[in-house]
Amino acid sequence: MDKFRTFTGIVCPLDRSNVDTDAIIPKQFLKSIKRTGFGPNLFDEWRYLDHGEPGMDNSTRPRNPDFVLNDPRYAGASILLTRENFGCGSSREHAPWALADYGFKVIIAPSYADIFFNNSFKNGLLPIVLNAATVDQLFEQANGSHALELTVDLDAQQIRAGDAAPIGFDVDAFRKHCLLEGLDDIGLTLQHVDDIRAYEVRRRQQAPWLFE
Amino acid sequence: MKAKTLYDKLWESHVVREEPDGTALLYIDRHLVHEVTSPQAFEGLRLAHRPVWRASANLATADHNVPTTDRSSGIADPVSRVQVETLDQNCADFQIVEFGMNDPRQGIVHVMGPEQGATLPGMTVVCGDSHTSTHGAFGALAHGIGTSEVEHVLATQCLIQKKSRSMLVVVDGPAGPGVTAKDIVLAIIGRIGTAGGTGYAIEFSGQAIRDLSIEGRMTVCNMAIEAGARAGFVAVDDKTIEYVRGRPFSPSAQHWDQAVAYWQTLHSDDGAEFDEVVVIPAAEILPQVTWGTSPEMVSPVSDKVPDPRDEADPVKADGMRRALSYMGLEAGTPITQIRLDKVFIGSCTNSRIEDLRAAAAVARGRRVAESIKQALVVPGSGLVKAQAEQEGLHRVFIDAGFEWREPGCSMCLAMNADRLEPGERCASTSNRNFEGRQGKGGRTHLVSPAMAAAAAIAGHFVDIRDLQV
Ligand code: SF4
Repeated sequence: MDKFRTFTGIVCPLDRSNVDTDAIIPKQFLKSIKRTGFGPNLFDEWRYLDHGEPGMDNSTRPRNPDFVLNDPRYAGASILLTRENFGCGSSREHAPWALADYGFKVIIAPSYADIFFNNSFKNGLLPIVLNAATVDQLFEQANGSHALELTVDLDAQQIRAGDAAPIGFDVDAFRKHCLLEGLDDIGLTLQHVDDIRAYEVRRRQQAPWLFE
Repeated sequence: MKAKTLYDKLWESHVVREEPDGTALLYIDRHLVHEVTSPQAFEGLRLAHRPVWRASANLATADHNVPTTDRSSGIADPVSRVQVETLDQNCADFQIVEFGMNDPRQGIVHVMGPEQGATLPGMTVVCGDSHTSTHGAFGALAHGIGTSEVEHVLATQCLIQKKSRSMLVVVDGPAGPGVTAKDIVLAIIGRIGTAGGTGYAIEFSGQAIRDLSIEGRMTVCNMAIEAGARAGFVAVDDKTIEYVRGRPFSPSAQHWDQAVAYWQTLHSDDGAEFDEVVVIPAAEILPQVTWGTSPEMVSPVSDKVPDPRDEADPVKADGMRRALSYMGLEAGTPITQIRLDKVFIGSCTNSRIEDLRAAAAVARGRRVAESIKQALVVPGSGLVKAQAEQEGLHRVFIDAGFEWREPGCSMCLAMNADRLEPGERCASTSNRNFEGRQGKGGRTHLVSPAMAAAAAIAGHFVDIRDLQV
């Protein structure tokens, strides 16, 4: 995983609550056996007017001009601003893969579904929780005639825009460390092989039927 | 000693190590695997030259992509076929037991696991699938994980976790007539909302839950995720132990008594404290129908489609308006006047033998309405199908005009050929009514198996309590 560095990017405002992972990446694209290439089909059913299938040439498909991702103001956006319970529904990790593949690095919302939240960190995507009032303000700014640009500084846990007072955010210390260092969870866990083996020995005594 | 919740007990018995900030390495007893969320995990293992930690803790089956029609000629869609073949190959390479597409034990992973006794009380159970919460019905800690975590479990038999907060949902008193497990869980979601359980592990309790069979409890726990909770569970009782007895992966005679003694401790102690308690009188729960595009958009069948103008919260009202427009519904329409195009009885929520019996009891001696274009019955597993056929349920369905299919996820998520066309309206026993879930532009109403069968017969929703079964 790449290390997460401070960056400045355009905010794309997706003004919906309860956006589910079926909407983020529809099921027909889950047939892939790869981790990459999902970006062109991010929000496929909202983004295009026709029905998308794997293997189509997405560049020639008719786009839905009313969908925010297709608004030229937000071209190249790397921060997704959205409403509560983002990423609910299916556990598919294809959702953060698609968001990251499209170019999003950060999501800002008042709340997330647990599994999606968890999956995001494992793919270098930072989901930031801000209170509803701050999210409202950001929506107002992002909906203006000029796109809103924000700087996200994970190390300082701050979001900055021009001269405005920085907005602080919370992040779990362990997850922050992993993102900043680009660490792989499996490698970290395998440093504790002895603990795992010791647990198995104990557990086998208490509950031998689990090891039959 | 401090009184413990069931969640405390399940959690503590699986902690391998814990960091000062509460991040724990949690041991996983059972890992279920299906074709959609596993290929990238196996690829990751190969790239890193990592072996599978404990192959015998894994059990795999193909369910999402498999056709529910004749399988003798294989899978027609080449992309689906590659995914199913990739699972076969991965399981062969890593020596994981798999019930392949043509195995009689194949089925939806959450139907197949418990049926095999692969889910036992007190276990931690995970799968790259959000409805893994189903297995909590056994007093197990079960939740869905993403593909990175699938790889993590394959490689280490552990997950990095933080303990959730605990919620107790008490469904108090006996359930009324016509009210099934599905109605109970839809009513709970309607009450606490699709994000109401976010960050929580939910224990379901109360007489209406205890009265349910294990299959009914699986239906309730299945949809814990639709209430935002990764895990939902029910304390172990005699029904749990009887259900588990004698199944292929259940404890051998040698360890049975020891296992039962342990399982009998798997309940919350008297006086245990929860972070949140929700009490719902069962008598208030009526048969439910969803009218919107989120499972919390649900009403009793005797109600009308609600009016966004009555909603004070503007964000919610806006969501309702969007949902009604997608669903093609007018506020104020009686739910029983909603006419349907298709009916789907199946999915990991409602495709077990009891569900099929309940639907067949309604369908027996009746005919699917002329206006219904398709009514599908898709058993949850090959073994459910065989049992139903032994009981003659397939004849009841076929005689009534339903299609009797091979087991799989089918029209629950429409990854195979079974799907809604744009604008089509479906009464479905599945768990998600999201936009496009059953096919682009498709409109899904979630209901119980009996209500789905009754809707197929009438062509519109009917209050199951008005029907003489
Ligand atoms: S039946 Fe539906 S919800 Fe259940 S595992 Fe299959 S696709 Fe998922």
